[in-house]
Amino acid sequence: MTAPASPAPPPPAPAPYRGAVERHPRRPLLPFDTGTDPDAVELTGPVFGPADVGEWDADLTRQHPGEPLGERITVTGRILDRAGRPVRGQLVEIWQANAAGRYTHRQDRHPAPLDPNFTGVGRCRTDDRGRYAFTTVKPGAYPLPDESSWRPAHIHFSFFGTAFTQRLVTQMYFPGDPLLPYDQILAAVRDPADRHRLIAAFDHALSLPAGPLAYRWDVVLDGPSATWTEEGR
Amino acid sequence: MPDTDDRGGPLAATPAQTIGPFFGHALPVPDGGRIAPEGHPDAVTVHGLVRDGAGAPVPDALLEFWQAGPDGGLAGAPGSLRRDGAVFTGFGRVPTDAGGHYAVRTLRPAAAGRSNAAPHLAVCVHARGLLHHLFTRVYFPEHTAAHATDPLLAQLPEERARTLLAHPDGPGRYRFDVQLQQSADGAFEETVFLAFR
Repeated sequence: MTAPASPAPPPPAPAPYRGAVERHPRRPLLPFDTGTDPDAVELTGPVFGPADVGEWDADLTRQHPGEPLGERITVTGRILDRAGRPVRGQLVEIWQANAAGRYTHRQDRHPAPLDPNFTGVGRCRTDDRGRYAFTTVKPGAYPLPDESSWRPAHIHFSFFGTAFTQRLVTQMYFPGDPLLPYDQILAAVRDPADRHRLIAAFDHALSLPAGPLAYRWDVVLDGPSATWTEEGR
Repeated sequence: MPDTDDRGGPLAATPAQTIGPFFGHALPVPDGGRIAPEGHPDAVTVHGLVRDGAGAPVPDALLEFWQAGPDGGLAGAPGSLRRDGAVFTGFGRVPTDAGGHYAVRTLRPAAAGRSNAAPHLAVCVHARGLLHHLFTRVYFPEHTAAHATDPLLAQLPEERARTLLAHPDGPGRYRFDVQLQQSADGAFEETVFLAFR
């Protein structure tokens, strides 16, 4: 009988992704107080209608004649502003790798197979409660081009709020993924509580017997908007 | 999941993450830069280069435009993702090409609401390698008087304000370059980027 192994030490913190440094402004962003210009253009934003989104845009498993490979999942959630109000009728867009970890993008040279039945692009509009819903396959992990590390499974998301200032592009991760503590891009979000906000929750009750595995991920959009309440800021 | 603040304060915002290199098959849409209705007599072209701090063109940027119409209206209209060629939606989205160039065809806005702001296009710049998108604005050279009272331009020194001005570039054409970072040799002034509060 051997002694139980001591718990594994925590992984070394990954170096946070810094991006392309020659693309980052040297100067600090210029603060613009929308309180001084309550009619600022950016306090409004584009509107999208039912005709902007196609019938199968929100089901990434139904965009080709055949069935894509991979584990069927749903990702649903609500979009709220910081006052907790639902963002209604707004556009949500996603893109992701296929189940093998390969994007349908000519610059993705990862030698994992493309799936002729999976493009990995989706769109939907939020409903009256601010809810969105996608059906897709769980994306695979893949190594970074410099082979320094593997990226955990993730889905890229793009959101619009009621105001252009609330624009958000981010990435959603899966709970329990062993790669999360090693990911440089997730580590670029420095606050652990903030990192946690990028990880979806598995919803066993929503996962129908033999249906897709259900993940829930709610999103809060930052930024001032024309309908912001006085006490909110 | 959003945390509810015990004190009833605002919810914590979901953090942004880099757009990454692979948005090109997902976000650009057909005719994304054709904001003006087809054949509109007042349509103008706004075009330019996106450059980095080394002066190199940025071939994998995505620019989004939001603006008032010629009547100053900011209500917008659906249809930006599936253009019918007739409706002015106020929203456009264009990727840069291999040379870092972009172009949109639009209608010049009028000043919106009661604002004393000069007419402008709001711009959101996305690119691989940015951790967060960048906001800037395109002002037009015809509105010199309005620029003097504009809440943004009026607070900027002349050399900074100049980075937000489109330049006449032939009939119905304007040039507006986006300089993501001041070049080391000073040849390119960094564009003013905004943090809205």
